[in-house]
Amino acid sequence: MILGLTRSWSLTGYMIAAVIVLPLIALLVQASFPDEAVFSHLFNTVLPTYISNSLLLIVLVGLGSLIIAVPAAWFIARCEFPGRRYFQWLLLLPLAMPAYIVAYVYTDMLDYAGPVQIALRQWFEWSSPHDYYFPSVRSLGGAAIMLSLVLFPYIYLLARTAFMEQSASLLHASRIMGCTPWRSFWRLALPMARPALAVGVALVAMETAADYATVSYFAVPTLTTAVYDTWLGYGSLTAAAKLSAIMLLVIFAMVGVERFARRKQQLFQKQSSLSAADRYSLKGIHAFGAFGYCASLLFAAFVLPFVVLLTYAVDYFDESWNEQFWQYSWNSLYIAVLVSVICLLLSLILMFVRRVSPRPSDNLPSRLSSTGYALPGTVLAIGVLVPLTYLDFAINDIYDWFGARGPGLLFTGSIFAIVFAFVVRFLAISIGSIENSYKRISPSLDMASITMGQQPRQLLTRVHLPLLRKGLLAGALLVFIESMKELPAALLLRPIGFENLATYVFQFVSDEMLEHGALAAIVIVIVGLIPLIYLNRSLEHAS
Amino acid sequence: MTLVKSALALGLLTVASSAVAKDSLTVYSYRQAFLVEPILEQFTQETGVKVNVVFAKDGIAERIAREGRLSPADVVLTSDFSRLMELVEKDLVSPVNNEAINQNIPAQYRSPDNDWYALTMRVRNVYSSKDRVGKLDINYEDLANPEYKGKICTRSGKHPYNVALVASMIAHHGEADTKTWLQGFKANLARKPQGNDRAQVKAVTEGLCDIAIGNSYYYGKMLMDEKQKSWAESVYINFPNQDNRGAHINVSGMALAKHSPNKDNAVKLMAFLTSNVAQQAYAEVNMEYPVKADVKPSELVASWGEFKADTLPIYKLAENHQAAVKLLDEVEFDL
Repeated sequence: MILGLTRSWSLTGYMIAAVIVLPLIALLVQASFPDEAVFSHLFNTVLPTYISNSLLLIVLVGLGSLIIAVPAAWFIARCEFPGRRYFQWLLLLPLAMPAYIVAYVYTDMLDYAGPVQIALRQWFEWSSPHDYYFPSVRSLGGAAIMLSLVLFPYIYLLARTAFMEQSASLLHASRIMGCTPWRSFWRLALPMARPALAVGVALVAMETAADYATVSYFAVPTLTTAVYDTWLGYGSLTAAAKLSAIMLLVIFAMVGVERFARRKQQLFQKQSSLSAADRYSLKGIHAFGAFGYCASLLFAAFVLPFVVLLTYAVDYFDESWNEQFWQYSWNSLYIAVLVSVICLLLSLILMFVRRVSPRPSDNLPSRLSSTGYALPGTVLAIGVLVPLTYLDFAINDIYDWFGARGPGLLFTGSIFAIVFAFVVRFLAISIGSIENSYKRISPSLDMASITMGQQPRQLLTRVHLPLLRKGLLAGALLVFIESMKELPAALLLRPIGFENLATYVFQFVSDEMLEHGALAAIVIVIVGLIPLIYLNRSLEHAS
Repeated sequence: MTLVKSALALGLLTVASSAVAKDSLTVYSYRQAFLVEPILEQFTQETGVKVNVVFAKDGIAERIAREGRLSPADVVLTSDFSRLMELVEKDLVSPVNNEAINQNIPAQYRSPDNDWYALTMRVRNVYSSKDRVGKLDINYEDLANPEYKGKICTRSGKHPYNVALVASMIAHHGEADTKTWLQGFKANLARKPQGNDRAQVKAVTEGLCDIAIGNSYYYGKMLMDEKQKSWAESVYINFPNQDNRGAHINVSGMALAKHSPNKDNAVKLMAFLTSNVAQQAYAEVNMEYPVKADVKPSELVASWGEFKADTLPIYKLAENHQAAVKLLDEVEFDL
């Protein structure tokens, strides 16, 4: 694109990117400091277990969500059965459920004192835990199942789209050449969907690596909990930063795999995609099977935990409906809105620069600004605190130099730290959303507007903005829901004494009395549902 | 750029609105706010100084260290001893030389340098199932006996309450023996360490294990809670090591923050917390043993009977704290 984009635009882009990558750089610098033997002690004792737990969990959750999601995506994309239209979006609902809430509900049910084991004991007349074997929910395997239940929609969403967009003629050809539907699925549809599945698995893996609450509740030590404990328990920021660096290594390896997979995605399918008439029309036992599969998945991952939450909330309503509840809801809302607006504005600038600039290097700011999503909340918190603390002291030093009383902890003592961390972590989401929308705006529109004498700013506000509206809204909504849910960064960065819904609910979970916080948990879930429904609608329109 | 600026301005606004009023104190507390708020309210009534308590489960020392000379904290309340020591080790406290406080608190419950003070005491008890075990005459050492295999429940070994217990074992037996003991203890656990002290008693009620480790005041707290009453009623509270050195004692305490912006008021508050009024409140509301000699424990607590306490000076635990954490990692107690 040839346009006299002034330097100041790209400069702004670079400055935004510099601020966004600051935490990552600060973290690496901190990790390079020598530490007081804490790290080597960890390395010699528990660290190998932490690392293997983390890796095992990521692999299990990746596999688990894949196994859950692919059949569901296949049924929805390629089969016709009763309820298909509803399941199409209902299966997204689990995304709104924080994993630790699902984990709590299942623990309550399946623990020794839960209704399931009590019933078993009565039935078989067992009297103590030594009389029988029952798998423990609070285990690595349990955590893997819980996380799979709420993360599978990522893969489902991508796989569904992939299956729908697969070339019809190829699949027709396979059927004509005598493949059974089953064989056609294994030999053709599944391999063709592989890049999309890889992207989904990478997303799931990143979310798993970032999970703090579920593993901490299940007492399964992973690298994420180790970062937290090392920092606050051993009091060594440097050792925590070293652990974080190890974790980043793992995550960037996964991102690399994902990028590699996506690169290949360009290669195929430019032909007619599948239409409704190409769906297998399931009858009888088959229809019932597909229906049953989707229904039980929805039940296990969403309906059951949600209903249990509702009964908790009703039982403890009088106690939970108090001033704190309103205060914390307001805090969550305030932060989420602030973060969404900031993310939106920043990503708009970044993507505009990338689109309009004649310099290929101006790709860089938006690329760099997307790296934050790979940083788990605990890791990000360290990266944010280090430079902000430095800044706080620098400001107060300047005041001191003039003999004035400094403003105190301007950045680390306020919600600035949380907002900053959330923006760094979620900017990638709004960037991605705007990127997708930009793809649908023909470059000739830009050229036309320039020919007609528009300045870059006018091109942005008068041409791009109206056309990007949907993408902007979708991006903002996704950032909003993530900001409502994000726990570990909020836990570590909040001003002391500050609570939002996520930290408030988690407090109750870790004290084993979610009943009292169920109302707040429901708010998190319901707020999360709204963007999902919107997201699905816009995807449907797109396809 | 205007965007960045407006974002900054928003941040600044938030700070400005939370600026601290002059005649007030900021208390960083490891103890849940609802435990201390009633006592602090009485202080406000007496002195007119408003107290703002902020609770955090962990990381307070780390935070104060990072905040440095800009820290708004005046007084730190801790729920156990190791956290007091952590503050001292990191040089985050300043000594208090207040006659009233020194008179109220016996020498063994404060630092020789006056930089920390205990406020209440609690015993690390062994709870036993009424149905399956009965009243126990037990030593901490017995927790490693094979007869209890698969029968003991405890919270995370790394929790300060357990770390302090392990530190006291090291003080009495040395590191090598303590390690062997920890290995035996771990082998006896009915499940991986998890939950809080009350959850262990609950597990005994449910039949998952027969013996639980927990602090004394939880027994009283559970008896006062409608839902948890049945848990407490299903167990006996046993004071360990009564035939020898006595039961392990932990303390909750307080310290003056090094960079406290309101030192005078902070010391006033600290003196108040050692007064009869406050000590009585700690005893009645929290079911703990007051450190002030002439204040009696609550009637309920007294009904659990007299006990012999380990006379190991509390600051001796500090010397073994790091070693205890390391041993717990070495035997993979929590894994």
